[in-house]
Amino acid sequence: MNIFYLPRRDAITLAVFALVVLTMPVWLVPFGAAYPGLMQKFAIFAIFAVGYNVLFGLTGYLSFGHAAFLGVGSYTAVWTFKLMTMNVIPAMIFAVIVSGLFALAIGFVSLRRSGIYFSILTLAFAQMCYNLAYSVLTPITNGETALQLTMNDPRVLDLMFSERGAGLPSPSLLGQGMSGIEAFYVVAVVLLIAFYIAQKIFVSPFGMMLRAIKSNQTRMHYTGFNTRPYALTAFVISGMYAGLAGSLLAATDPLAGAERMQWTASGEVVLMTILGGVGTLIGPVIGAWLIKYFENIFSGFNDAMLHHTFSWLPQGAQDVVVAITSKFVGEGWQLSLGLIFVLVVVFLPGGVMEGIRRFSSLFRNRREPGPTGALKTSPAE
Amino acid sequence: METILAQLLNGLDKGGAYALIALGLTLVFGTLGVVNFAHGALFMLGAFCAVAFRQFITYETVTLDPTKLSPWGAPLEIKTPMAQIWFGDFGAVLINWSVPISILLAIPVMLVIGIVMERGLIKHFYKRAHMDQILVTFGLAIVLQEVVKAIFGANPISQPMPVELRGSADIGAMLGLTPGMVTYPIWRLIYFLFSASIIGAVFAFLRLTTFGMVVRAGMADRETVGILGINIDRRFTIMFGLAAVVAGLAGVMYTPLVPPNYHLGMDFLVLSFVVVVVGGMGSLPGAVAAGFLLGILQSFASMTEIKAIIPGIDQIIIYLVAVVILLVRPRGLLGRRGVMET
Repeated sequence: MNIFYLPRRDAITLAVFALVVLTMPVWLVPFGAAYPGLMQKFAIFAIFAVGYNVLFGLTGYLSFGHAAFLGVGSYTAVWTFKLMTMNVIPAMIFAVIVSGLFALAIGFVSLRRSGIYFSILTLAFAQMCYNLAYSVLTPITNGETALQLTMNDPRVLDLMFSERGAGLPSPSLLGQGMSGIEAFYVVAVVLLIAFYIAQKIFVSPFGMMLRAIKSNQTRMHYTGFNTRPYALTAFVISGMYAGLAGSLLAATDPLAGAERMQWTASGEVVLMTILGGVGTLIGPVIGAWLIKYFENIFSGFNDAMLHHTFSWLPQGAQDVVVAITSKFVGEGWQLSLGLIFVLVVVFLPGGVMEGIRRFSSLFRNRREPGPTGALKTSPAE
Repeated sequence: METILAQLLNGLDKGGAYALIALGLTLVFGTLGVVNFAHGALFMLGAFCAVAFRQFITYETVTLDPTKLSPWGAPLEIKTPMAQIWFGDFGAVLINWSVPISILLAIPVMLVIGIVMERGLIKHFYKRAHMDQILVTFGLAIVLQEVVKAIFGANPISQPMPVELRGSADIGAMLGLTPGMVTYPIWRLIYFLFSASIIGAVFAFLRLTTFGMVVRAGMADRETVGILGINIDRRFTIMFGLAAVVAGLAGVMYTPLVPPNYHLGMDFLVLSFVVVVVGGMGSLPGAVAAGFLLGILQSFASMTEIKAIIPGIDQIIIYLVAVVILLVRPRGLLGRRGVMET
């Protein structure tokens, strides 16, 4: 058995997933979402959510501060562009290392507590990072204007081999520019690798240990396991995923701002994971896609488009319908997001994945109950 | 001495707001056992009660006065606020004092909102994990703030304080120090006194009334109280309404200090949770003490002398304190033994 082995079921999942991700430019066309900028976001935030799920889905520790690692990853990547080279691979490596170190430090302290205290601690650390990035650390983070490339960056490695060209350089991978559809494929391949690693974690004994922490930490203690190193490893891994996602954000658009670290951004990844389905592999990816889709498509709707959509209604009814729906799209898309979120938590705690499972169990043999309820989230007490 | 006193005073009004929100959070947690992330949104809704009231009474009717002409020759437009049409001169007083008066509006409104929220949504989450409660109330907070944004827009709406209460009081001179050294805006002083009296009222309500006694008994042992034939659920629902009122009043009175916008609640919520945790989950005195403590610490950390020593400390002091407290004293400053201690 080699180290790349995956159980048959997971291998099929990976293959299907790869097919779905790589054919995105095709099947997203009817949804009006097949433009590169949005698909890059789909892939990047899927990485973020998959990584977050390694912590929240497996161990049950609800972190409210993961955006900090995303921000740290972005800053590191932009600094690598500025100081060393415009190639994205060093930027990704450094971002993963630095955000991993951040996660190690923050996780080491935060994991001394669990439950809501853990959430508050991670929130406190993330807010500290955010506030500092805006105030004292301005020389490093460039504060409100956001960190960006400038004409006279050192870029030591690049300039050893080539002359400083005219205009701002852009990130590249082996000479291939990181923009448009090429960038999407680069990010998509990174997503597939990240997804594969997450699959390996899920089926490994280590993943089993993390699930045991979630289901009953006290029992783990009694049987003589020290759970903290395992939880800390999971925290660091998910922090690295977040850093990787941050570096890719910087690679597709070389700009890093502190608002990426704000706690609303941390809340967003929690929403993605919950919406898709905590503790499942595909769930967080679906959640990330849905939320980014809503954000970009719903917020782009305006009254004129609504009038066009409902033009088949009589005039009076049309105005009423447009007046009501316009509150839920455009500027107000977050209202629909919040409503969907509340409904999911109330009626479908397992997210979209549980919905699919319930739906498919309707068509299976009735006498054989589906594996519902297996995914009940319970806090690590 | 003067600087210390000035900073102490500066911390009081913000501390008062923290204490009031944290008090409500703790009440809800202590009675219903729910971690309510929508509590900041209740603070924001209270603030918007004041905004709505003012917008209503100052709704202007335009009449044309044909006898006078404006500088560019058209008939002069006279704008009369609605309150003045109805009540004449008393209407002007009403507009001037709109913020304190909207307290009267905020109490019933917030009580209803609180009770509807508890009966409609939060009731279904008592048996579920704390994580689910956090998530559903977080979603609810998003919904509430987006509704407010849809109605009132995204920009902050400033609320003037009554003319008589503008300006500053010379606290230093009152205490026999050099006059003019320690001055303090009157409204912030009022805010502090207001929050102190609300806190006092809540404690008195819990300590001195039969209703409060039953609620305290229910907090200690819900089942036994239920077995004794008392409908404890209904009282807890009312306590949720009360917590909403407390948060709402804190919001109403805060509007002249910071023009409210739709995410005011979220800004305060994060800090209030830190306050609750520092004070000790489930401890009412702890929440109040930690609220004022953190407010004062924050104002001390904003002093230029302190910032010169540790740059950026004013931005992170509250979180830093929270981290230290959580690690050193797991159940917070005044937390009871065994209440969410892990």
